[in-house]
Amino acid sequence: MRPWKRRGDAVTAEIDQQEAAVLRGLVSQIEDMLRARVEETPQDELAELTGIRTGPSTSPDDPILSRLLPDFHRLDDDNPSKEDLDSAAALRSLHEPALLDRKTGVAATVLSTCPPGGGEVRLTLEEADAWLSALNDVRLALGTAIEVSEDMPEELPEDDPRSPHLSVYHWLTWVQETLVQALGAD
Amino acid sequence: MTAPVEMEQSQTSPVGEEVGAEDRPWQTVVWNDPVNLMSYVTYVFQKVFGYSRDRATKLMLDVHHEGKAIVSSGSKEKVEGDVSRLHAAGLWATMEHTS
Repeated sequence: MRPWKRRGDAVTAEIDQQEAAVLRGLVSQIEDMLRARVEETPQDELAELTGIRTGPSTSPDDPILSRLLPDFHRLDDDNPSKEDLDSAAALRSLHEPALLDRKTGVAATVLSTCPPGGGEVRLTLEEADAWLSALNDVRLALGTAIEVSEDMPEELPEDDPRSPHLSVYHWLTWVQETLVQALGAD
Repeated sequence: MTAPVEMEQSQTSPVGEEVGAEDRPWQTVVWNDPVNLMSYVTYVFQKVFGYSRDRATKLMLDVHHEGKAIVSSGSKEKVEGDVSRLHAAGLWATMEHTS
């Protein structure tokens, strides 16, 4: 892949077939996880009548989903107050449906603009912002899965099962970084 | 690196902080995490809040070095909206009541 270039309101890059397959595969997996979370949400007759959707009030058990859908308050103290717990539950229930829409939306934008066989990726500025969010979601998911930390080495020993995933993670970092730079250069 | 807008604000509200605290009972906190890129976090602060690049960079560096930074404040509804938009961007944001 060559770095992103911005010309006016168009942002372009070339992606090869293998890179496109990796990126599309990861974005699809995140999209599937998010859709599964949507489907977990109990259907509510009142919500259907009023059009006011409510989501689950508790954080997902899965650490990746939990990172993608954070709480509205810090609850990881030893003893979070009942007030914070109740408020976080209410805020999650209120805001999670829209957040899930946003995240599945940016995933869909990547899947509709990244050619499956590789080639030119050509984005509007709005689509480029969707790519940034989707790339960030994929990096958060992968980073959580392989437990990326501040002092993570550039490469892991070959016998570490996380080693190939770390290479993909670094590649995604590069794709996101060069896209931020292209968008910032106006 | 004070922005001209901020200077103007402090001139027009001589009692500054006290009035501000009452008007802005909630604040948005962004926490450091090992995944989010410094350049991306700066970009998000500019995009979500309309902050200058200097101000966004300073806040990003506060998050990076201090572990967290207060990036906005206001009514509960405003801060809820800010946190929602930061969550959509993938940042680790929470809200707190100022006490």
